[in-house]
Amino acid sequence: MRRIQMTVDGRAHVAEVEPRLLLLHHLRENLGIGGVHAGCNTTSCGACTVHLDGESVKSCTVLAVQADGHEVTTVRGIMDNGLWHPMQQAFHEAHGLQCGYCTPGMIMASISLLKEKPNATEQEIREGLEGNLCRCTGYENIVKAVQLVQQHSNGQAQPAS
Amino acid sequence: MIPLAFDYEVAESVDHAIELLGQHGEEAKLLAGGHSLLPIMKLRLAAPTVLIDLGRLSDLSYVRDEGDHLAIGAMTRQCDLERDQTLQEQCGLVAYTASLVGDPSVRHRGTIGGSVSHGDAASDLPSALLALDATFTVRGSNGERTVAAGDFFQDYLQTVLEPDEVLTEIRVPKLNGAGWSYKKFNRRAQDWAVVGVAAVVERSNGSISSARIGLTNMGSTPLRATAAESALAGADPSSVAEATGSADEGTSPSSDIAASAEYRRHLARVLSRRAVEEALSR
Repeated sequence: MRRIQMTVDGRAHVAEVEPRLLLLHHLRENLGIGGVHAGCNTTSCGACTVHLDGESVKSCTVLAVQADGHEVTTVRGIMDNGLWHPMQQAFHEAHGLQCGYCTPGMIMASISLLKEKPNATEQEIREGLEGNLCRCTGYENIVKAVQLVQQHSNGQAQPAS
Repeated sequence: MIPLAFDYEVAESVDHAIELLGQHGEEAKLLAGGHSLLPIMKLRLAAPTVLIDLGRLSDLSYVRDEGDHLAIGAMTRQCDLERDQTLQEQCGLVAYTASLVGDPSVRHRGTIGGSVSHGDAASDLPSALLALDATFTVRGSNGERTVAAGDFFQDYLQTVLEPDEVLTEIRVPKLNGAGWSYKKFNRRAQDWAVVGVAAVVERSNGSISSARIGLTNMGSTPLRATAAESALAGADPSSVAEATGSADEGTSPSSDIAASAEYRRHLARVLSRRAVEEALSR
């Protein structure tokens, strides 16, 4: 067992974990964050995407011990005072989801993408989200949602509805 | 999809990593970004009893201009290679090839040293480094040595790294006027290359003075297309199609769910032509 400390969604957490524990399982099972979805478990689907120090990673392919001392943000931590994050609002407005399973990962990957490439073209958005699979194949509206955030370039969060 | 249990050590320096490797022997593995190693551990294809995490060695993350070549720290992530302006300007092949690895979230973790040390013939960066005649600096309990990319890869997932050695730096030449290209062929987003071809082409007086071609996924290691390289040396650019017709000579591609060996040979020839043509256009 190894003692680790990380900040998750703004709060410090200390835990004793087995080195082989995946960050995905630490977040879901030890911290109870069900918004981090377990999908393929093989670094393919991106349902488990979270931010590690502000960059998207697939939490099924990061050990919890590797995140020791780092900052993790999940979909649960992106709301601001009860207001949806602009990306959440845009997924809502553009109907960027069908069954919703890929959505938390899509949103976290999309936020990371626009942070790196605020003016990403449609092609760059598609390539930027290639690590996230939507098995409902609802990609059109997902891309539109990301573009909607670009259009609302002032980035103000909208009230939850 | 959970790895077998292992002990975990954090390396505080390269020397500490070498010391830990010495203590734990061949059952230990170095962990860089983990995006090659952890997947095979989850599949139980690898079961090291100790992982030595290099993740805290931030001093191994750099791209430095060293005159006629660039030095890249082994822990430099693929996303950092992709964005590095010096690499883009002086050795665009590395920056571009890095941008094709996996997907953005993978590239936030995966490192150049991890890609090289893992030695996967299906991985993109090793064949680009082969075409660049890159050299690798490795350090172990017996000191430091330099290995040419052409001598580094031994067999399927096997390199010349000794059990107590750590890859610390990758050196690539500045390309100056040489043209370059990497052609990755796959059928779905984020897939491994069915076949990939890296090319570095030098010209003089309107003809090709030399061409170096690295092949991804055409055998148990990354390979050079030596027959095509010979045919291209001194050739007129109009004869590229003919010269790259031998790009699959000496290769031993496998057949799998993505492609037959015969199709891979076809791809190696076609992609080599395209890569050399693109390199000539740069």
